[in-house]
Amino acid sequence: MGTVATDYTNKVVKTDEIAEFSDEVIEEMKSHLVKYPEGRQRSALIPLLFVIQRERGYLDNPGVNFIAKFLDLEVTDVWETATFYSMFNLHPVGKHHIQVCKTLSCRIMGEPDITGHICDKLGIKVGETTEDKRFTVTRVECLGSCGTAPMMQIGFDYYENLSKEKVDEILDSLD
Amino acid sequence: MELKAIGCEPLQLKMMHIENGHTLEVYQEHGGYEALKKAMNMSSDEIIDEVKASALRGRGGAGFPTGMKWSFVPRDSPKPKYIVCNADESEPGTFKDRYLLERDPHALIEGMLIGAFALGVETCYIYYRGEYHYLIDVMDKAIEEAKAANLVGENILGSDFTCHFYTHTGAGAYICGEETALLSSLEGERGHPRMKPPFPAVEGVYACPTVVNNVETLTAVPQIINMGGETWRDLGTEKSGGTKLWSVSGHVKKPGVYELPMGYEDMEKFILEDCGGMLRDDKKLKACIPGGSSVYAMRADQIIGKKVTLDYEGLVEGGSLVGSGGFIVIDETVDMVDSTKNLTEFYKHESCGWCTPCREGTDWLTKIFNRIADGGGRPEDAQLILDLCDNIEGKSFCALGDAAAWAIQGAVKRFPEDFKKHLLPNGNGNGNGNAL
Repeated sequence: MGTVATDYTNKVVKTDEIAEFSDEVIEEMKSHLVKYPEGRQRSALIPLLFVIQRERGYLDNPGVNFIAKFLDLEVTDVWETATFYSMFNLHPVGKHHIQVCKTLSCRIMGEPDITGHICDKLGIKVGETTEDKRFTVTRVECLGSCGTAPMMQIGFDYYENLSKEKVDEILDSLD
Repeated sequence: MELKAIGCEPLQLKMMHIENGHTLEVYQEHGGYEALKKAMNMSSDEIIDEVKASALRGRGGAGFPTGMKWSFVPRDSPKPKYIVCNADESEPGTFKDRYLLERDPHALIEGMLIGAFALGVETCYIYYRGEYHYLIDVMDKAIEEAKAANLVGENILGSDFTCHFYTHTGAGAYICGEETALLSSLEGERGHPRMKPPFPAVEGVYACPTVVNNVETLTAVPQIINMGGETWRDLGTEKSGGTKLWSVSGHVKKPGVYELPMGYEDMEKFILEDCGGMLRDDKKLKACIPGGSSVYAMRADQIIGKKVTLDYEGLVEGGSLVGSGGFIVIDETVDMVDSTKNLTEFYKHESCGWCTPCREGTDWLTKIFNRIADGGGRPEDAQLILDLCDNIEGKSFCALGDAAAWAIQGAVKRFPEDFKKHLLPNGNGNGNGNAL
């Protein structure tokens, strides 16, 4: 239904379709709105985009269209914010999104070896997703865990003081 | 990972090793919320005067006097007022706030409540960096506990003081640690900094008077009220009051968060003894970036035998800045061209794109460092890098540009021998290395 066009990345098809969510998720979204003064519902945008990302795997057009309607914003307002922040995935990622911290403390404590090891193990390059859609590997800027470098975040979980052996254990333990 | 006070009683780190220190019950067993009760029997001016007397300076990085910041809030404004805690800890090398948020959330709530009481604030936001998502649950539970104990919410402790607390999350943007960018982000916008003036104290979130303070700044407030501003100040030096947390990472045996009295006498001793010394005994100290990545790196010969004191004045004299207190210790195996390239990439990635000098400058710097890394360094590159930094420093819209320029200038000026190895005539590695 509706118009079809390519978005700014020229990769995703843009539609007018609006995503649907369970009552439970809608209630969760509403619980964010009460934090902000009346008429300032746009403040809830980032927390709500995290909910969309959790529910749909990434920020897709139907999800963003839903948020625009939910917060009474233009769709472009939502994209304007969504495209600024590095934690929002604008494309599908694997079930486990591995984000290796690459900034100085991690780098000098062995990040390149860790990243290399993860990529070798999974048979993909940085930025890629495994064929079975289980893992995506990215390198990200400082995650605030410099004292326990090198480290990575998978989803929202921190894994610190990494060694190759520890990485093996962690990856093998994920479903 | 160490969490330890040296040269003073643990104040900021008091609850770190206490089981269930993050719960209201245990926090109160250790004197929690007594400062709030004391403050609620003081006038606004008395509270602000105590904070002024403490010489507490913003612990996020800028070091602005907290009491003065509070006093800028117009008391007679008819608009609602806000306190926003900046928990967007993103400065490379800095991870102190994370432990405060994880293990001592009530100290933050209490500090914010005291500020709220003094300034007539009815709504407090705690802005977490998105990656600290797992810590939000800790704070939400602490807020619920405090609410149930009538410490947060309506008519606190039976008074007419009302104050609501909410957690809020960013989603991955270093720039949101800049206070006005944080406020843009809190309003659901891109994290672009805003023109100052008006300062947030006058027009902050929703164009209302707003105080934005770092986590460690706010958790110091209950201590100051408990012991009195001057007593707290005297733990440190006259101009740099109290104690301060230092996040130590890199090539030391015992990385961690250390609480030191301001004016701690010797940076060399701190690195080489207190932090366990160099990670590998046969590798010497080469450099230390003491204030998070955005300050000048110090050479080993600026540290060893120099008795650099750890406070705002001492580190300036020593050739750097306190910044956020993120010590990155670097040994002789590290090529400073490589480490600086790493930071250049960081600033390029984190530049918000709002102003030209920072957006374009950090991009060009990254291109130059990439070319050098690919073996194409030229003798004139050192000067080119410094010229580029000159065109960013003081000319960008916010301090991110300055931070990038300082980090890079510092390395080029202080580690010329590393750059010489890369910047050769013809860029082919055959030159005589006369660069700089």
